[in-house]
Amino acid sequence: MKGNEALAEAAIRAGCKCFFGYPITPQTELSAYMAKRMEKSGGVFLQAESEIAAINMVLGAASTGVRAMTSSSSPGVSLKAEGISYMAGSDLPAVIINVQRGGPGLGSIQPAQSDYYQATHAMGHGDFHILVYAPCSVQEMVDVVMLAFDKADQYRIPVMILADGLLGQMMEPVTFPEPRTELPDKSDWAACGHGGKREHHVINSLYLDAPLLEAKVQERFKRYAVIEETETDAELYCCGDAEIVVTAYGASARVAKSAVTAARRKGIQAGLFRPKTLWPFPKKELCEATKHAKQILDVEMSMGQMVDDVRLATECRLPVAFFGRTGGVIPTPEEVLAEIEKLAGGAE
Amino acid sequence: MTTEIILAGFGGQGILFAGKVLAYCGLIDGKELSWLPSYGPEMRGGTANCSVCISDEPIGSPLVTAPNCLIAMNGPSYHKFVDTVKPGGIALLDSSIVEETCDRKDITAISLPATNMATKAGLNGAANMILLGKMLAETKLFSFAVVEKAMEKCIPPKRAHLIASNLKAIQIGMEQK
Repeated sequence: MKGNEALAEAAIRAGCKCFFGYPITPQTELSAYMAKRMEKSGGVFLQAESEIAAINMVLGAASTGVRAMTSSSSPGVSLKAEGISYMAGSDLPAVIINVQRGGPGLGSIQPAQSDYYQATHAMGHGDFHILVYAPCSVQEMVDVVMLAFDKADQYRIPVMILADGLLGQMMEPVTFPEPRTELPDKSDWAACGHGGKREHHVINSLYLDAPLLEAKVQERFKRYAVIEETETDAELYCCGDAEIVVTAYGASARVAKSAVTAARRKGIQAGLFRPKTLWPFPKKELCEATKHAKQILDVEMSMGQMVDDVRLATECRLPVAFFGRTGGVIPTPEEVLAEIEKLAGGAE
Repeated sequence: MTTEIILAGFGGQGILFAGKVLAYCGLIDGKELSWLPSYGPEMRGGTANCSVCISDEPIGSPLVTAPNCLIAMNGPSYHKFVDTVKPGGIALLDSSIVEETCDRKDITAISLPATNMATKAGLNGAANMILLGKMLAETKLFSFAVVEKAMEKCIPPKRAHLIASNLKAIQIGMEQK
């Protein structure tokens, strides 16, 4: 199954009842799958008049307590930024999928990872974070969709899945979990109608009283602190004795893994650190992975964005080299291997 | 062992479909596999290619840069990929369309007038399957029985009448000397 279709099927199985989107390559198959299947599974599929409309429909649906989702690719996600900030400010759970393509502007329709900063550091105006997952296979996309809906509900925050055109377009074998039958109860906050039998539930992000807004934001940051403490996740591959640790996520992590395997065959002690959550960034896990490392090589399909978080997490204790291709160009394992060899040669 | 394949040609020649059949063969045969398309925004007439990896181990990069096996169905694809084929690998060309002949001595180059063969057999548009059949015969990657099952998965029920003609084209390719 294609990655995009797998994301859609997983969302339906996670109990997503509302999908709002606006078509864009390379996430198109996701919307198309939803158009076909959503109604049959008792949900709503709606192609909105724009990305901005779609995200605000997600906001509305999430306010009523249903599991809602939207998906887009880079330029479309930029348009959704305002709505995502509003949702964060209204404590609304929802899942947003970004199947990244080359940028800036309309860019290209080929795979890229140049929206890392946007997703993890600036997904809209205001003081807020969203949880960001970075799967690297079609199976992991399925698993992460189920998780994303659960975590969104648990913390009442928007959650993003940061995929890319390569993962969205590729086919791999996949197994799906059973559909969710029991979903969390949201009757203590959702605006779902009550026939005048209780106080109104107000979903709002506007607080004209500054101290009140400050208190709201501070409460939210207490939740973020819990997330930073408990929700980080990463894969460590051959890191035990690694002197050169390659850091990469998503599609570029697959390329890097091939390169690390090839480097090991050549007797180079290389390892791969792959964050599965980008916010929060798995700092502790990276420190663990680089315990014996002398150097780090960060590989991305961008001009270098996650590399800053790698430096921060290791507090600049280790030299961090960078290799990236951008604009829709996918790095090859040979290119990454050459970079590893360069570092290994320099270390001797 | 990992077999990496690039299939390339014009959009509309069934390049992505042939790759999909191959990927489903892997699925049915219990292999690890990946299928990655690459195409421009056009539907027909543009270039299309796809990378397929079939392996006994989990697959790293799904993008094939040095294939064991190339199927090229037009001139531009031939030029783009023929030098990337690994030494000892195979290049299959549709010689009805690709005018050049391969002069690399370190690979097995097979020219098959697949488009003309398909037309002659009353199987218009099945040149992709003829080349795929020939590739399977050369590499012994999958048996015909596996392809039969894969084809049923790749063709939706409402187009089930196309299964037989596609399989026939595979067979023509497999039996080609």
